Amino acid sequence: MGINVINPGLATTIQDLGRPGYYHLGIPIGGAMDRFALHCANLLVGNDEGAACLECVFMGPELEFTQDATVAITGADLPPKVDGEPQDTWTSLKVKAGQVLSFDFLKGGARAYIAVSGGIDVPVQLGSRSTYAIGALGGYEGRAIAAGDTLPVGQDAGVAEGRSVPAAMRRMPTGPVELRMIPGLYWHRITKEAGEHFFDDMWKVAPECDRMGYRFRGGRPLDFVPREQPFGAGSDPSNIVDACYPYGSIQVPGGTEPIVLHRDAVSGGGYFMLGTVISADMDLIGQMQPHTETKFVSVDMDQALNARHERADALQKVRDVLV
Amino acid sequence: MENRYSFGGDEHIFVEVNEEMSLEAFFKSLSITTAVKEADIKGVTEICPANASFQIKFDPDVIKPDDMLAELKSLEVAAESAESRIATRIVEVPVYYQDPWTHETLMRFRERHQDPNASDIEYAARINGYDTVDDFIKAHSGAPWFVSMVGFVSGLPFLYQMVERQRQIQVPKYLRPRTDTPRLTVGIGGCFGCVYSVRGAGGYQMFGITPMPIFDPKQEINYLSDFMVFFKPGDIVKWKPIGREEYDQRVAEVDANTFTPLTHDVTFDLAEFEKDIDGYNAKLMEGLYGN
Repeated sequence: MGINVINPGLATTIQDLGRPGYYHLGIPIGGAMDRFALHCANLLVGNDEGAACLECVFMGPELEFTQDATVAITGADLPPKVDGEPQDTWTSLKVKAGQVLSFDFLKGGARAYIAVSGGIDVPVQLGSRSTYAIGALGGYEGRAIAAGDTLPVGQDAGVAEGRSVPAAMRRMPTGPVELRMIPGLYWHRITKEAGEHFFDDMWKVAPECDRMGYRFRGGRPLDFVPREQPFGAGSDPSNIVDACYPYGSIQVPGGTEPIVLHRDAVSGGGYFMLGTVISADMDLIGQMQPHTETKFVSVDMDQALNARHERADALQKVRDVLV
Repeated sequence: MENRYSFGGDEHIFVEVNEEMSLEAFFKSLSITTAVKEADIKGVTEICPANASFQIKFDPDVIKPDDMLAELKSLEVAAESAESRIATRIVEVPVYYQDPWTHETLMRFRERHQDPNASDIEYAARINGYDTVDDFIKAHSGAPWFVSMVGFVSGLPFLYQMVERQRQIQVPKYLRPRTDTPRLTVGIGGCFGCVYSVRGAGGYQMFGITPMPIFDPKQEINYLSDFMVFFKPGDIVKWKPIGREEYDQRVAEVDANTFTPLTHDVTFDLAEFEKDIDGYNAKLMEGLYGN
C-alpha cells in the first residue's frame, strides 16, 4: 500500500527537516530547501511538522494513490490536479484510492512540497528520511523517485479537507530578490571597490542551481587584495587552505561567479567565501528560478536575528490558524 | 598563532587558526573542537574541525551569537596549554597506482589539465622534481599521512603528509574541475591528499585507486557496520603500493566481505614527532607491521 509513481517529474526527492550532526563527516543537513513550505504542508494534513514530504523542482510528478489520503501542496505555484480536476495549492484535499495526482505547468517559484497524511514512510537513516543523492543516503533507496517505485505512507491522522493557509501568509519571491547576507569569513581577501560593486551589481541565478548550491552570474568580477598565497592554499588568489563551508556561505571561485551553498552543501573546500546568507532568507533561495534577478544586501547580526524572529513568527501564525 | 573569528551568517562561527597549513594549526583546531565537544554547550549542533581552521554551527534561539563567541574564545585559551598528544590509529591503505580506471578518466578530461600530454602522475612527478614516476610513488607512499579533515562529500578524507615542509608534495588542482572521478580514487590537490569516497566531480590530480571502501550508507561492509564513514580527523594513513593481482584479490575479499583494513592503535606526540620526523615515522611503521 502507498503511492505508485507513474511519472517522477524532474528531480523529485523525499525530504524532511534534515539530519544535523554529521556535517563534520561531509554529510550535509539536507532536508527541504524551503522549510517553511514543508512545515505548512505537514500542518495542513495533520502531520508532525517534520514529517517526510516529496520535494519537486520545476515539474510535478504523477502519482497514483492505492489508499485514501489527505494531501497538501505548498511552496511553488505548481497547480495540482486530481484525476484531471484542478485543485488549490496551500490547501488540504482528499485523494481516494485509485485516484491520480498530477500537476500543471509551474506558474511561480521553483519547489513544491507534497505532504501526505501519515508522511512518506521510508526508513530513517542518521536521524532523517531526507534524500542525500550524492551519498546514496536516505529517501527512496538513496535517490530521486523513479517511475515504478511504490512509496510507503505512514498512519493517517485523519484531518479534514479544505483547510487552507491564508494567501497573505504564503511566501514566494516576486520580481527581483534581495538576499540578505552578513559579510565576513574571507571578506578581507577582496578589494574595497570589489566589495562595493558586489552589492551594487545585479546578479542573475545561473542554470546551475540545485540542492547543493545556487550559482549567480552577471556582476563584475571581483579583484583580490594581492598577497603571497599561504602554504597549502593553492595558487589562485581565490584559494584558501581547504576549510569548512557554512550553509549559505557565498564562495566566488576565481572571483567571477558567486555560489551560495544550500542544504546539500559540500562541507568544505578550498575557495574563499565573502560572507553568508542569513538563515531567514535560505527558504527564499529554494524558490528562485534560473534568471531571477538578485541583489545581495549587507546586514549586521542584529538585523539577521530580527529577520529570523520574523520568520519564526510567520510560522507561528500559520500554526495558530491551522492547529 | 592567534585565532581569527568570524560569524558565518547567524548560525555559524568560523575560526581560522592559521592562514597556512601546518600540523601545529591542525592540532590546535583538533584540540579546540574536542574541547567544544566535551564542554557540551547547549545550542551547538555541528562541530567541524578542518585542516587549519574549524567551524561551529549553533542555534541562535538557544545561545546568543556573542555568548557562543565568548565560549569559543575561552576554550581557545584552555586548548593552548594542552599537550599536543592524541590517541589515534594508523591504517594501511592499499593503492594500485596508475590503474586503468583513473587513467581512462584522466584521458577524458585532458583539455582541463595543465599538461595535456602527460598523465596526472607524470605531471606531478615532474613538477615536484622526481626523475621517474616510481620515485614519486616512493615519496608519496614512503612517509605516512595525517587525516586533517573529513568532508567535502560523504566521508572523504583530506590528508597531509607527515614530512618537513620542503618535502611536501604539491600539485595544482585541474584548471577546470572534472565532472567525473572514479569511486576510491587516490589523489592530491594543493598539499592535500584525498580518497574520493564516492564517484563524482573533482579537481584533484588522480594517481591511483584503492580497493578499500571508506563509505557505505548501507552499512553492509563488516568494518563499516557500526558507522558508515571510516575515517576521522587524526587517523594516520600509510599507503601501500600494490599491483593488479593484489588489487583484484583485495576486491574479491571486499566482495566476499572478508577484507578488513590493517590498523594499529598509537599515541601520537607532535613535539616528539618534530624532533625526529623520519625516526618517529619509522617507529609508527614498526607498530603497524609488528617488527
